[in-house]
Amino acid sequence: MTVKIKVENVTKIFGPRPKRVIPLIEKGTSKREILDKTGHTVGVYNANMEIMEGETFVIMGLSGSGKSTLIRCFNLLNKPTSGAIYVDGENIVKYNKEQLKFFRQKKIAMVFQHFGLFSHRTVMENIEYGLEIRGLSKTERRNIAQKHIETVGLKGYENQYPDELSGGMRQRVGIARALTNDPDILLMDEPFSALDPLIRREMQLELLDIQTRLQKTIIFITHDVNEAFRIGDRVAVMKDGNVEQVGTPEDLLESPANDYIVEFTREIDRSKVLQAENIMSKPLSVMNSKDGLHVAIKNMEEHGISSVFVTNRQRQLLGLVTIDQAIDGVKNRKTIDEVMSTDVVTAHPEEYVQDIIPRVLDSKYPLVVVDETNRIKGIILRVHVLSSIISNTSEDSNEENAEEQSIPTETVVSE
Amino acid sequence: MNEFPDVRIPIGDYVEKFIDFLAMNFGWLFDFIFVIASTTIRTIETTLLATPWWVIMIIVFLLGWYFNNIFGGLLFAAFIFLIGSFDLWADTMTTVAIIVISVVLSLAIGIPVGILMAFSRAFSVIMRPILDAMQTMPTFVYLIPVIFFFPLGNVPAIIATIIYALPPVIRLTELGIRNVDDEVIESAESFGSSRNQMLVKVQLPQALPTMMAGINQTTMMALSMAVVGSMVGAHGLGERVLYSINQINISLGFEAGISIVFLAIIIDRITNGVADRLQNTRRRSA
Repeated sequence: MTVKIKVENVTKIFGPRPKRVIPLIEKGTSKREILDKTGHTVGVYNANMEIMEGETFVIMGLSGSGKSTLIRCFNLLNKPTSGAIYVDGENIVKYNKEQLKFFRQKKIAMVFQHFGLFSHRTVMENIEYGLEIRGLSKTERRNIAQKHIETVGLKGYENQYPDELSGGMRQRVGIARALTNDPDILLMDEPFSALDPLIRREMQLELLDIQTRLQKTIIFITHDVNEAFRIGDRVAVMKDGNVEQVGTPEDLLESPANDYIVEFTREIDRSKVLQAENIMSKPLSVMNSKDGLHVAIKNMEEHGISSVFVTNRQRQLLGLVTIDQAIDGVKNRKTIDEVMSTDVVTAHPEEYVQDIIPRVLDSKYPLVVVDETNRIKGIILRVHVLSSIISNTSEDSNEENAEEQSIPTETVVSE
Repeated sequence: MNEFPDVRIPIGDYVEKFIDFLAMNFGWLFDFIFVIASTTIRTIETTLLATPWWVIMIIVFLLGWYFNNIFGGLLFAAFIFLIGSFDLWADTMTTVAIIVISVVLSLAIGIPVGILMAFSRAFSVIMRPILDAMQTMPTFVYLIPVIFFFPLGNVPAIIATIIYALPPVIRLTELGIRNVDDEVIESAESFGSSRNQMLVKVQLPQALPTMMAGINQTTMMALSMAVVGSMVGAHGLGERVLYSINQINISLGFEAGISIVFLAIIIDRITNGVADRLQNTRRRSA
């Protein structure tokens, strides 16, 4: 993956003489003091981050944390006081008027919290706005706009005015309007905050759906941790104008940089963030091939367990043999393949814990995590699921104990 | 003891000298304005008078129906008929002509000035006291210099009317543009709109409902100047009112007066109807 946007030491200060305030911040003066002393507001201080092509990058923070200020630096609605922003290697802060116009028309588009729609224009006229100012002919822009109207499910609403639509519908107009310009980068400033929870959830899913199809680089602002973790490939947490940590949702949960992040993520429903591969444990030992039922039985006896998973040489899952099946097989001179049961419950490494829970509860045996090629990646026990949901303070010890005490199964390799 | 010191700051004299200076040196300019203005008024007046009364009545009815409702339309048509029955038709048409040209010129000056004020805080700060003065200075006061520049008649009345009626459209144009939702401006900007595109495609249309309120105010104020304008020789209904004051002619005074009221109601309701209609289809979405 290539770096699409690189933010280097970006600082944005509002006020009549912003440059003069920078030394104060460097000395560690607080935002509040700077405002009282100089009348300047520190929006963003020394932000650094890299955003990858095709990634959904979430900037999260409470109100006043500078997230909206930062996102407006990406299309220069706010010009950074100092620092550089490289998009495809070009420093956009240095752009002249013409270059900036071109950049905004072609490369970047924005979706707003309160939609920012033109109330004097119909849905269609709103959506084609970006193309209109680029000077496309009416038929040309109508054709393109129509495509995006269908993408966001607004067909039939073309001639309505924004105030005739519900909040969710209006934001669809906002999204379609941004997509119509076919930008590489999509800026979304708390796009779903003004919507009610049900619609918000629906729009989040739709955004994920649109993103899988279009693969834009999305920068998404939110104050909602659950939203951030649901849609973000990576998340940056901001506080008082500083970027506190940048990482995947799992990073933030597993290794928070400071107490603020811990506090912030406390609310999160961990089962919606952690995936199977985050909580699974590696199967303890792998037995050699050509080992038949006898070895399987011996293995179970050794570990005090009642069943083993069977794989081939490539560690691809074949099935499960219980101790009863194994003994029965030995008596009747059958092979492993003949006695094992093949209806093993599995999970994909990227499945969310919350989706796995029912399967774990229903199954007598551990859940096997297998990848696309059916290779065993790990196993998940009930204890794993439980300890993953509880916050990470005592997680490490829990996990070890769990493995020692209660792993009831092992892997055996068959021919 | 308590007397004001014997100081005289003769601002009035300076203003007078300035007016003299203008009249001496820019006579050609005022002559030019006079010719243009008086020709325009005459053209409008003649056109209105050449139009059969019932055509005008039907037009008023249709406008009233479209922008208000059918009862409004009928009421306005009845007003027009009443005015005709007072034998004040020609005077009314003259007044209408004066108002039309005053309002058109007010808008032509006022909207650009309002736009400039919205864009430049400095210009806005300078203009505000001037607008206050234009509205609060007793109207008779600027009738005096105006008659220096122009012969008595409709033209000085129009100039005075414009000075008086200009502020609302300027103020509300500025207000309308300044009040456009920040996010709407940001979104237009984020698509790479040029300044002109922003103004024409976003700011003016968004400000239009507010501007319509200003246009309505300007029109009403222009109408209220009908009588004052007649003091410098404007014809029309105002002239009738002045005449009946001199003659203590209650009957004519009332008929001319009520005709002005009728015109005011018709114009007010129709311009308001236009504003409402804009507001309805383009309510703010924020």
